[in-house]
Amino acid sequence: MATLDFSFYTWANISNYLLSGLYFSVALTIAATVGGIALGTIIALMRLSNIKPLEYIATWYVNVFRSVPLVMVILWFFLLVPSGFYDLFPGGSGQKYRAEICALITFVVFEAAFFSEIVRAGIQSLPRGQTNAGQALGMTYAQNMRYIILPQAIRNMLPVFLTQTIVLFQDTSLVYAIGAYDILKGFEIMGNTFGRRIETYLLAAVVYFIISFFLSMLVKKLNQKIRIVR
Amino acid sequence: MMAYWQNVWDRWQFLWDDRGDGVTYFQWMLSAWGYTVAVAAASLVIALVFGILIGTLRTLSGHRIISAFAAGWVELFRNIPILVQLFIWFFVISELVPGMRSVPGFVLACCALGFFTSARIAEQIRAGIQALPTGQRNAAYAVGFTQFQTYRYVILPQTFRIIIPPLTSEAMNIVKNSSVAFAVSIPELISFAMQTQEETSRGVEVYLAATVLYAVTALVVNRVMAFMERRMRIPGLTLQTQGAH
Amino acid sequence: MIEMKSVSKWYGTTQVLNDCSVKINKGEVVVVCGPSGSGKSTLIKTINALEPIQKGEIWIDGVAVHDKATDLPKLRSRVGMVFQHFELFPHLSVTDNLIIAQVKVLGRRRDEAKKRGLQMLERVGLIDHQHKFPGQLSGGQQQRVAIARALSMDPIIMLFDEPTSALDPEMVGEVLDVMVGLASEGMTMMVVTHEMGFARKVSNRVIFMDVGGRILEDTTKDEFFGKIEDRQPRTREFLNKILQY
Repeated sequence: MATLDFSFYTWANISNYLLSGLYFSVALTIAATVGGIALGTIIALMRLSNIKPLEYIATWYVNVFRSVPLVMVILWFFLLVPSGFYDLFPGGSGQKYRAEICALITFVVFEAAFFSEIVRAGIQSLPRGQTNAGQALGMTYAQNMRYIILPQAIRNMLPVFLTQTIVLFQDTSLVYAIGAYDILKGFEIMGNTFGRRIETYLLAAVVYFIISFFLSMLVKKLNQKIRIVR
Repeated sequence: MMAYWQNVWDRWQFLWDDRGDGVTYFQWMLSAWGYTVAVAAASLVIALVFGILIGTLRTLSGHRIISAFAAGWVELFRNIPILVQLFIWFFVISELVPGMRSVPGFVLACCALGFFTSARIAEQIRAGIQALPTGQRNAAYAVGFTQFQTYRYVILPQTFRIIIPPLTSEAMNIVKNSSVAFAVSIPELISFAMQTQEETSRGVEVYLAATVLYAVTALVVNRVMAFMERRMRIPGLTLQTQGAH
Repeated sequence: MIEMKSVSKWYGTTQVLNDCSVKINKGEVVVVCGPSGSGKSTLIKTINALEPIQKGEIWIDGVAVHDKATDLPKLRSRVGMVFQHFELFPHLSVTDNLIIAQVKVLGRRRDEAKKRGLQMLERVGLIDHQHKFPGQLSGGQQQRVAIARALSMDPIIMLFDEPTSALDPEMVGEVLDVMVGLASEGMTMMVVTHEMGFARKVSNRVIFMDVGGRILEDTTKDEFFGKIEDRQPRTREFLNKILQY
């Protein structure tokens, strides 16, 4: 049986191998959450718009991304985003960070499908009277959404958003498929460099666990708080 | 126009090419699909067994240690990404735990995916049990059932019916999540797609084929579960609204 | 038959039963009434230990309910209970509802249990509904099946916890008829109810409970309904309220 040796976890090694990976994992999570909610809201509104073609597109969007594995979607985007696109980034950085840029785009597009379902559920869970009340005050559709419906829906959905973000954070590890440099990749390279795979995977698990667990505690707190306010 | 379709047709012909070991890409694809289905099915069995057990244990009142254990199980397996759990099974558990080294990779992958999913199923079981009116539990105790009999004859049969919809999406998730097995060289659909893409440069076609197979699998799972739901349906009963006698 | 001695119970710091003592002899019908929050449902549920007590003693036919060592399932199988919300098992047919506890708890053979169950179903006048599921029956019918389920176990006493209060008014009669029939056959019964007509017609004694879980009155029916001016002020107030219309 092997003995565990964690002595190679020096600050120098951590900052060399792990920090930029952690930075990317977190950045990807935040960008995909923000972008996903924004795009997801648009898709949810399309789906609820009663305009047939928009509804149709939105429904397809959601169904396609929900029935295909994320790894598959990542591979698709890596294949389909043309090389020229990465040239748009200054100083060759686009080509250098191809996998990372591609991951960002993929996650926003993919997560939007899931966030849109949450937003849709949030809007539909509001009593119809709220829409009617807004209309009765003479608000346009856009005003009604902007000032009455969405603020309530999003507040109700906040815990679910956060739960989805935890799932999303864990899913970012799947950029492994295209070799993007995230925290897991950092651990892997470190493990291979020092011949200490066992220790690096163990610590990777601990890091992911701590972050996810902390976030899920936050969700619990938030849920309690919201329950009081209601 | 004809030329275009001819071209499309030609681009698919790689499927019949021999990879060099007497196996065509088409045969390989089918076997990869088989692996995907097999990993998903075996993992689902593991996930159901442990999920039902752990979810039930979490609801036992008056057994602090047991419910703390069950809660710990859920937190452990749902707060670590499936890919990392997979690596842990392959590179940590199989190294550190005596006797695990000889366990085939397929089994390790199923354990990883099964245990990961068991945490989520446990949560659904728990929620399902807690959604039942407490009167049912009282009624079961009142006719003289033990706690075990109460769960066996009254609570769990009703819980299963409540959780079929979330269980359906979990079964479909397991098909999708089986895709991470590529990372430990299980020859399933993603492995097939990545390698064939490299060998033939027919990326779009290969990915399209794999994507369609995933969608078909998910659809079949969905239909099977819908069939089960119909079979288990009870006349005159809608459990969701039952609280509102 | 049943004896409660100085029973007290708390939920946290709130006292819900306060030094309650009740004695019920074989063949007696005792009605418990009182305003909501007076703990009458809690009182009746302590008898088969669905609600644990913190102080006092409860004896059924010489068995100590409050004793931790008592085999509760065995004891409960001899005490029939009927709930406010019926609590039939919705996933089982009417017949299976009647049979399951006889087979699993009393260890009766299935055919024997079915015979007994159908006898009781006949008696509550629902033999034609034996193949239906609870969700297909009206509230009154469900409650009569629930009574039949309890009777199938050949209980030595029947407990009724507000058996008619969840029913539409036109269904109250059919359930009360069954209960009156039972009482006239000499069944020992404890009934939590606001149906004063029922109390007047068949009860031997009436117990009045007040907020805070105290038994204010425990008198014969004739005394309770006879001279209202002899009652405690709280009782009079309650009776005036519910008999006003």
